[in-house]
Amino acid sequence: MTPETAWAEAMRFENRPDPYRFFDELRKAPVARVADDVYAVTGYWELLALAHDPRVSSDISRSPVAAKRAAAAKPPPEAEHMKAYGDQPSMIVSDPPDHDRARRQAMRHFGPPHTPDLIPSMGPGIEQLCNDLLDKATGQTRIDIVDEYAYPVPVTVICKVLGVPREDEATFHRWIFDAMAGVDLGPEAATDEGRARAEKGRASVAALKQYLQGLVESYAGKPGEGLLSKLVNDDSPDGPMEPQEAASNALLLLVAGHDSTVNTISHCVLTLLRNPGSIERLRSRPGLIPFAIEEVLRLESAVQFFPSRSATADIEVGGTVIPKGSAVFLMYGAANRDPRRFADPSRFDPQRPDNEHFGWGSGIHTCFGGPLARLEVNLALEVFLRRVENPRLVVDPPPYRRSQVFRGPQHLLVDYDRIRD
Amino acid sequence: MTTFAPGLVADLVTEFKAKGRIVIVGASLAGLRAAEALRDEGFNGQLTIIGDESQEPYDRPPLSKQVLKGWVPADHTVLPRLRDLDADWRLGVAATGLDRVTKRVLLANGDEVPYDRLLIATGTRSRPWFNPKEGALEGVFTLRTADDAGRLQAALAAKPGRVLIVGAGFIGSEMASVCRELGLPVTVAERAEGPLVGALGGVIGDIAAEMQREHGVDLRTGVSVEALEGDAEGHVRRARLSDGTTLDVDVVVASLGSIRNTEWLEGAGLAAGFWGVGCDAGCRAFDINGVVTDTIYVAGDIARAPHVLYNYQFLVLEHWDNAVFGGEVAAHNMVSLEPDRRPHLPLPAFWSGQFGVNIKGVGVAPFADEIVITQGSVKDRRFAAAYGRQGRTVAAVTFNHGKWLEYYGALIERSAPFPPPPPGYDQAGDMTPIPARFPDPRALTGLPDVVLTGHDPTDRGAAFRPKKR
Repeated sequence: MTPETAWAEAMRFENRPDPYRFFDELRKAPVARVADDVYAVTGYWELLALAHDPRVSSDISRSPVAAKRAAAAKPPPEAEHMKAYGDQPSMIVSDPPDHDRARRQAMRHFGPPHTPDLIPSMGPGIEQLCNDLLDKATGQTRIDIVDEYAYPVPVTVICKVLGVPREDEATFHRWIFDAMAGVDLGPEAATDEGRARAEKGRASVAALKQYLQGLVESYAGKPGEGLLSKLVNDDSPDGPMEPQEAASNALLLLVAGHDSTVNTISHCVLTLLRNPGSIERLRSRPGLIPFAIEEVLRLESAVQFFPSRSATADIEVGGTVIPKGSAVFLMYGAANRDPRRFADPSRFDPQRPDNEHFGWGSGIHTCFGGPLARLEVNLALEVFLRRVENPRLVVDPPPYRRSQVFRGPQHLLVDYDRIRD
Repeated sequence: MTTFAPGLVADLVTEFKAKGRIVIVGASLAGLRAAEALRDEGFNGQLTIIGDESQEPYDRPPLSKQVLKGWVPADHTVLPRLRDLDADWRLGVAATGLDRVTKRVLLANGDEVPYDRLLIATGTRSRPWFNPKEGALEGVFTLRTADDAGRLQAALAAKPGRVLIVGAGFIGSEMASVCRELGLPVTVAERAEGPLVGALGGVIGDIAAEMQREHGVDLRTGVSVEALEGDAEGHVRRARLSDGTTLDVDVVVASLGSIRNTEWLEGAGLAAGFWGVGCDAGCRAFDINGVVTDTIYVAGDIARAPHVLYNYQFLVLEHWDNAVFGGEVAAHNMVSLEPDRRPHLPLPAFWSGQFGVNIKGVGVAPFADEIVITQGSVKDRRFAAAYGRQGRTVAAVTFNHGKWLEYYGALIERSAPFPPPPPGYDQAGDMTPIPARFPDPRALTGLPDVVLTGHDPTDRGAAFRPKKR
């Protein structure tokens, strides 16, 4: 199988439940050219090197992928709006020093040293939410883990953290769903349906951004609760964030702040149910739960890769020279199963030693919300293990969502005997 | 010559793991981690850990930071235990001698502890004030132990009028930073041209000096403190500097570097002394002739081993992770035989926190002759710099830019060319290397002599020539 073919298969929708056999194929060359101007990095050590290499840029405007996408797209009707607001990139598609500044501005209101208590303070509310959701499932014997458990928890939490009205969730949920479905890096993107999805996705992103722009502007000069308000009313050394840039980052934090958590909770349940005995093992040794979660993140990385990076110089790595200007896809999910780094890499082992996986990325763009996500997933899994009696998978593999990047089940049906009090 | 059956070697290892006696001298980070690693390796024999401090093993980095600030009590930095040890702890009693013939460690209380394998992890202590009478004045401190930190923290909490810190290495600079955070007037007197110069060179030293002054430190460079004067109650009140000035001070901290705890090895015939205890890359101690021993191992601040990346020069690395990894490798090798022994080949790494800046480094900067600021902004105190020697990258340091260290570490590990290629963004400016300005290592270092004795090849050997006292 050529790298091009392996790549196309890994990206194909029908292979979303298991892209890994194609990643294994691809990893025969840990750094491989998979399309014009696109290099996929599937080796652990090669990915580690490139994630930290200051010659690899995350500035999406430098990537040939972005250029191609822009050239292919009709300007959407919302383009005028976007122009009016300017198109300030969020931190994930920016390089230092802008990235560093934006991350500092946002982190100031999210974690230590300036805001050490925010994340821990969310704990009791998260646990309550999880319990409320399972209370609702009392009296039935089937639950869709995605819709009825994994999704409501993080979306509620991120709304609270950011200061996004929870009642707007129904509106932005659809936008986010369509936006994700619209980002297709596989062969189906070129079909009519694919183009239609891309179109819808672009419109959804524009609508979402417009919504967040309005929200951010409503906070400007009127300090309120939540990170977004604090971002635009800041008196830190870096000053307040400009509203356009705040809106871009709001979009990033809103989406990334729950979507990958949903996928991780779902994948935790899926993985435990696929591995007989692991439910009982974690129930008897709850201390293993955090390790089990990290192992799930290694196996089923919620963000499989992020297609923003490109090489700013010829970079030699893993026996290949990535030419200057090429897109560089750091395939976290693939590298997390590199047998040179992880023994028996497809095996679920909650006690795996030295499990330094890329589930949270690596380098300066390492997951901003990781500590919050860890808390959410831990509590969600603890409550699930404590209360759901005799859970069984209904369909395996479950149906998957379309996105190759934010990979996760669309639904995950689980049967059970009863919900314990 | 007899060829031993392969099974015999395996039997030796198995038997030693079951019945051997291992003694670890030094109950701090390296000793503790080595002990845990020994048990992880399956060593079930008798394990004795000897330490001169009475506390159980604790972490030192917080002492000059969180503890001095008063955030964490001095006795609350106990190291986490990674597993059960089932060890015989002999805490609060110093080792005073080593008899290699009878394989015994002699203790201050007269006890003798026999060993089959010995790990030397006695580390360092702070260099005391050069004048003992002045050093005994109340208000004069050094900082190495938890007790030191507790006493100094109390003195700082009492709001002294002015603190004088003598020596602007990492610890001295961290203490100055804490003083400023506590709102205390502080003078730093440094004999070199700037802070951190010994570790990071004059270019970085200039930046460190600016940071100190921006934060209100009265930094005096190129001066030494010649005398301390006390009041009638025996409390330090005044310091005389080599530039003729005097300072009114209530607290003086001598931050003059460290002395390696090798005195107890005197006469044991090991390559031990001023510079530490010489050992091979597998942590096995050298005897005085440079012949490797089979039973004695060294780890932590006191170990001095050849490092492949630095022309096989013998290096001591007083870094936290060197203690951890060195302890682990020593432990592994103590219960293994060739070819299962592993080398301890650390990429040296360290960190410091001062004046709101997280300083991190990899490699051995003083090995370099040149430096180039590669990424970020010196003005904003967010940058990375690489050090080079003869065209290869040998070290790097970051100020609030630590996430990039992985990259520089990889460059150093593969002896990549210096200067490194320019980054694709956030370049610090001119990428032309400049002299790193390290002080001459030969200056001010009085090494004891080693002499060769004997004439026949059979009785030829080395001996230390005792220092004139």
